[in-house]
Amino acid sequence: MNLSLHSSPHMRTSNRVNRIMLLVIGALIPGILAAIHFFGWGVLINITLAVFTAVATEALMLRLRKRPITPFLLDGSAVVTGILLGVAIPSLAPWWIPVLGAAFALIMAKHLYGGLGYNPFNPAMVGYAMLLIAFPREMTLWLTPAVHDLTFVDNLRYTFLEQLPPNWTLDGLTAATPLDAVKTQLAQNLTLTEIHQGSTELFGAISAHGWEWINLLFMLGGLILIYLRVISWHIPLAMLATLFLVSGLFHLNDPDTFTSPLFHLFSGATMLGAFFIATDPVTAAATNRGRIIFGIGIGLLLYIIRTWGGYPDAVAFAVLLMNMAVPTIDYYTRPRVFGESRD
Amino acid sequence: MKRRLWHFHGGLRLPGHKTESMQEPIQAANLPRRLTIPLQQHIGEPAEPVVEIGQRVLKGQLLARASEYISVPVHASTSGTVVAIEDRPIPHPSGLQAPCVVIDSDGRDEEIEHTPVNNYTELEPSALRNVIREAGIVGLGGAGFPAFIKLNPGPGNAVDTLILNGAECEPYITCDAMLMQTQPRRIIEGLLIMRHALQARHCIIALENNQPDAWQSLNNALEDDEKTFIELVKVPTIYPTGGEKQLIKVLTGKEVPSHGLPLDIQMVCHNVGTAAAIADTIHEGKPLISRYVTVTGDTVGQPCNLEVRIGTPFEAVLEQCGWRDDRNDEILMGGPLMGFTVDNPAVPVIKTTNCILSWPTTSEQQTPMPCIRCGECARVCPAQLLPQQLYWYARAKNFDRVQDFNLFDCIECGCCAYVCPSHIPLVQYYRFAKTEIWAQERDKKKADQARERHEFRQQRIERKKQEDEERKRRKKEMLKKSQGDETDGEESKKAAIDAAMARARARRGEKTPQSGGKKET
Ligand code: SF4
Ligand code: SF4
Repeated sequence: MNLSLHSSPHMRTSNRVNRIMLLVIGALIPGILAAIHFFGWGVLINITLAVFTAVATEALMLRLRKRPITPFLLDGSAVVTGILLGVAIPSLAPWWIPVLGAAFALIMAKHLYGGLGYNPFNPAMVGYAMLLIAFPREMTLWLTPAVHDLTFVDNLRYTFLEQLPPNWTLDGLTAATPLDAVKTQLAQNLTLTEIHQGSTELFGAISAHGWEWINLLFMLGGLILIYLRVISWHIPLAMLATLFLVSGLFHLNDPDTFTSPLFHLFSGATMLGAFFIATDPVTAAATNRGRIIFGIGIGLLLYIIRTWGGYPDAVAFAVLLMNMAVPTIDYYTRPRVFGESRD
Repeated sequence: MKRRLWHFHGGLRLPGHKTESMQEPIQAANLPRRLTIPLQQHIGEPAEPVVEIGQRVLKGQLLARASEYISVPVHASTSGTVVAIEDRPIPHPSGLQAPCVVIDSDGRDEEIEHTPVNNYTELEPSALRNVIREAGIVGLGGAGFPAFIKLNPGPGNAVDTLILNGAECEPYITCDAMLMQTQPRRIIEGLLIMRHALQARHCIIALENNQPDAWQSLNNALEDDEKTFIELVKVPTIYPTGGEKQLIKVLTGKEVPSHGLPLDIQMVCHNVGTAAAIADTIHEGKPLISRYVTVTGDTVGQPCNLEVRIGTPFEAVLEQCGWRDDRNDEILMGGPLMGFTVDNPAVPVIKTTNCILSWPTTSEQQTPMPCIRCGECARVCPAQLLPQQLYWYARAKNFDRVQDFNLFDCIECGCCAYVCPSHIPLVQYYRFAKTEIWAQERDKKKADQARERHEFRQQRIERKKQEDEERKRRKKEMLKKSQGDETDGEESKKAAIDAAMARARARRGEKTPQSGGKKET
């Protein structure tokens, strides 16, 4: 096809892919700071490792695929993938976890499908899901929020040498995440009231200690993105409203077995998922009606897997499952074209 | 009563850049030494030349006549000598050369005698249309569709609303605004003539709300009794409000059906400049030999509007406005959103040249990135399409799917490409797909014609066979009869009728099974 550069229009907005990615990165910062506050320097180390690996892998793959490297590296999408994966990984993880995850995400989920714009699955979530399935132990060791005082160097030593300072043990430092803990204890036939009394340190003002702040700040960043029109409101709203309604329904019905809607909204990766992962334009539905269906689907799957599935959190799986449905959703939610009868 | 206005989906708010070219009154462009007048300046078939090389022609004289129904004549823009009738570069997106009549001006600008129509209301609409056609008038808004066709509602069609489009929604272009501001009466006269031709009940002149001066002068020029059926409406300045379908939606809330015409919903839409040209033709007998052109852009020293003779080279017009040839400027015909670049500044101004835009060539070429499916394009598409899907399938050359996604409802407004963060030249993909589909259809038509010819031949053979057998049968019958058997009168009459009918049927070439037990093939 002969593409001359003479094609109209001869004016364009200054908006570019890299501007979008930069804004997304900016909007992630408050949530990341909160995560660092509660889970220590490990968060930053993970993000750094994941970002470096992602960018290096991207460059390598572009080279192997004989694509121009600079414009694609500068688009920032690999950086965003790296960051999203990095925050999702527990802070006390050996170095090869983020490295492996990021490389897998970029190679298997992005470049083997044709690179930016062609990947049906969210790369960061593919990387995360792979890590979770392959290394369940490493991927579920979360520090108890804000009770440790591991220094940056301590953390670095663990990351690279898996050595903790003397007198520290892994068991003493880590705990199950609130979602995980609640799930396990519910399985032991405890009621939620008992769980609350038994492990007060897990819970905060509205949901889980620490996690609630991280979620709130990710939500703040997400709202800014909506305000700046970088993402549309459809997916986050549909997803969160569904999660709220469904969990609310079950909770009202049986408050001792089903956790509260607020707990669901503000723990785990809910807000990160709603505003930053599900809204990845490449892998989400593209029409507005489609986005609402996509969001509802993620909200539902998230609740189902969290409540009855084998994993305490399920943002990655819910998003990946809905990614598969995107072509179908897009086809059936085509808007009415101008001049077509309204039926 | 204030008319309720409606919205169309999407659209863009763009920087207007209108004031630059509206500082000076409209002036006449200098008469160039040589004029190049293309035979096709309209949608449809090119005109056929009626002059010869070496012939002296007068201003307004017919150069070429309309060749088919969708065609209009072209006229000499000044007096002089025809020096060539040959292919010359014309302003066209593909940089084509096309047949032109080249005239060397004698500088005298001698005009042929005009015969105005004295009282057009006494003229039949069809005769009126013919006068307009003979004057070579096409839509001056940009598309260049022969105006007389859009003044023909067709048998049995009533026109409810005639809309004059003064919504010049593209940035930079101001020739319609200047026309409305300075010569409102010409527009209104033209509107009255069009109204007569169409027998329209109601008229609207629509213009954008960023042109208060134009509104004021039109309002002052409207007579009181005219105000009973001509409504002056300000519409919001959103690109592409000036698109025919969008304007109708904004004014009436009605949508022109997909693949349809405004006439399907009893409306007709014309450009204000076309109205003024029609007024000149009817009242003064003048053919269309000049038009208002906005000359503007960053590298034009004195942006302004000029009245330019058709056939004047772009560079002559530009130079008159303080543009210099020594830079490597990008020159556009039309606005920045829907116009196209012109590689050769010597191409002539034609009937559809509403704007000549010149600005520095952008040196950095930004490579398009892949589509990230952000949906921005769908948010702004006034046709409510999914541009990213159109792009996807156009690129994959999946022409069935691309039509499923309503490619042919795309008005090529460029909104999608304007906002696309990946800077994909989306419109170009759509044009490509449309052209390919047209080409395939042309091929198919040819194949169909060949098949028809073949079938026709088969039919002829078949018919001949039937006729032969029929003849044989009749002969046999006659033979039987002459042998004197027991056939009674009734039956023989019936047989005769059957035979006659069979003959008639055979003549029509139908393949009905017949009493004679003919073979079905
Ligand atoms: S605006 Fe460009 S990148 Fe975004 S969906 Fe449309 S074509 Fe794709
Ligand atoms: S060019 Fe076509 S697809 Fe793009 S916005 Fe305009 S009508 Fe929609």
